[in-house]
Amino acid sequence: MMGLSTAFSLTNLLMVIGGCLIGTFIGMLPGLGPMSIIAIMIPVAITIGDPSAALILLAGVYYGAVFGGSTSSILINAPGVASTVATSFDGYPMARQGKAGKALTIAAISSFCGGTIGAILLMAFAPALATVALLFHSSEYFALMVVGLSAIAAFAGTGNVAKAVLMTLLGLIMATIGEGAQFSMPRFTMGLMDLQSGFSFITLAMAMFALPEALYLVLDPSRSASESGGGEIKDLRITREEAKAIAPVIGRQSIQGFLIGVLPGAGATIASFLGYAVERNIATKEEQEMFGKGSAKGIAAPESANNAACTGSFVPLLTLGIPGSGTTAILLGALIALNVTPGPRLMIDEPQIFWAVIISMYLGNLVLLILNLPLIPYIAKILAVPRNYLIPFILFFTLMGSYIGQNNSTELLILVGFGICATVLRFADYPLAPLLIGFILGTMLEDNFSRAMQLYDGPGFILERPMTLGLLVIAVILVVLPSYRARRARARAEGVADGD
Amino acid sequence: MALDRWIALVILMICLAYGYGAFFTMDGSLPPFMQRNPVWPSTFPKVLAVLAIATSLVIVLGLEKSTEEKVPEINYRRLGDYHLGQALMLLGLMVLYALMLRPAGFLISTSVFLIGGSFILGERKFQYMVPIALLATGIVWYLVQVVLGIFLRPMPFFMGV
Repeated sequence: MMGLSTAFSLTNLLMVIGGCLIGTFIGMLPGLGPMSIIAIMIPVAITIGDPSAALILLAGVYYGAVFGGSTSSILINAPGVASTVATSFDGYPMARQGKAGKALTIAAISSFCGGTIGAILLMAFAPALATVALLFHSSEYFALMVVGLSAIAAFAGTGNVAKAVLMTLLGLIMATIGEGAQFSMPRFTMGLMDLQSGFSFITLAMAMFALPEALYLVLDPSRSASESGGGEIKDLRITREEAKAIAPVIGRQSIQGFLIGVLPGAGATIASFLGYAVERNIATKEEQEMFGKGSAKGIAAPESANNAACTGSFVPLLTLGIPGSGTTAILLGALIALNVTPGPRLMIDEPQIFWAVIISMYLGNLVLLILNLPLIPYIAKILAVPRNYLIPFILFFTLMGSYIGQNNSTELLILVGFGICATVLRFADYPLAPLLIGFILGTMLEDNFSRAMQLYDGPGFILERPMTLGLLVIAVILVVLPSYRARRARARAEGVADGD
Repeated sequence: MALDRWIALVILMICLAYGYGAFFTMDGSLPPFMQRNPVWPSTFPKVLAVLAIATSLVIVLGLEKSTEEKVPEINYRRLGDYHLGQALMLLGLMVLYALMLRPAGFLISTSVFLIGGSFILGERKFQYMVPIALLATGIVWYLVQVVLGIFLRPMPFFMGV
């Protein structure tokens, strides 16, 4: 009750509304993800003084930024943060069909449901889950990431798994360039200072998605939404059939996303990719065909999963004082600056803060939905901007996103170079998403692999830990099964043709 | 040979160079205490190099047959039929922007980029192009530099800001 009255005070309600608005609008700028926005907002939060109000503001900014990131993913195929990459797989194709409003509505509702279900789970199971999360060791994290990568490769390379696997491996190779935290020595930098800290995620994301798409729009003007009449927001409402189809997806992915979010280090990115991959794999054959072409399920799955994971990542933070992701690490810094020490005693010593944060999550999601649903038709109007103005602006935001992150002009040249390579790869039907996902997970994968190798003095951890072995077997099946099925189908078809 | 196999061949070359680096050059300078570890900085790259070489060979040799024929969004064999000139000019403009951003300052280079981009795409209504470009540049600069506190040099280097 104390948390309820704290969260519903006028000041705190204004904080959550302000936070959601700031987060949504800044989050739309590619290159500024929740982590950067929260970091920028920390001085403001500290000035407020009251820890509950400050945390409520930051939670609002967090949710707003996650939704803002999805908006740029859906409208211009420019995922500013890793956790919204999966949303662009179906969100952008749907926007190109003139259903940008519907795509944004599905994203808003799925985010709301994911966040709300996550908050309920957080309230109910936080202390118990924190102890379970600690049972996961580096070898299980490593295996979990391999499963995620295999699932992505299997779905991205429908009919051509080798290309998807190669792209994933290329992404992993790119992640090894630069000075990693594990070994503190430069690798494959060829003596270039600009490669010392490796490639930037945001540059690669822009080069893989936004830049090739902008170039495709230039090459073939009929693809442009404004040229094809897609800029009109034809239907904003979700049909009853669509609602029926996405409801179980949201339910499943909210729970799965939350559980993945609880694991320290896993976070919203893995949750969104796994959510997308799982839903695609369990869908019927006809529905599977729709994935990647504007499927409502393809938007609902990553959106509900990443929002639930955001909430889940608060479990280790609030109950153990362990930040589960970069964003919660910054929040931990803010908590400490506000004289709050998260940990097992937070719930006992300062229950008003603990419960106020949880209730502010409900509020944040609700406010986000109320604020964003009426704004969607106006946000989606961006696509109605004439092509001659829209394309230079997409290119400019692509460049800015990359520049702001590093403050280095060389980054822009790398962006153009990778953008050209990505366009050529797209000509030859190489899927680009696995490359980016491999790059995102590469560092974490290697860190966990190295830690497991050191703990078990070699690769023995694969056999010694049953959960690791089980997960790795699933990963192998995910990659091999589609090729095996295709080979069998071909053999059967050839048999029929031969009259057997 | 189809474009995808040519690309796989190029990736194979890159992976061979990467593998050479991982297997033969990285471990030479490893301090003795690190050599006793079960995992070296080259361990993971070695695994990746082997897997990537094997996978690219599968594509180069055409061992995996595609199960479905996809219609390409853009047919690279008929690139001349598309607006290739505009795409190349825009890429050139992006390179120019990257080179000019620091010396010319954010305000000038961005305005020129936005106006130039629209011009390349065929827009000739300068009465709209110029005010839109100037306004957008000013707003973005204000947001990034003043509101968010991320430094963007507004003016050319010789003006001292």
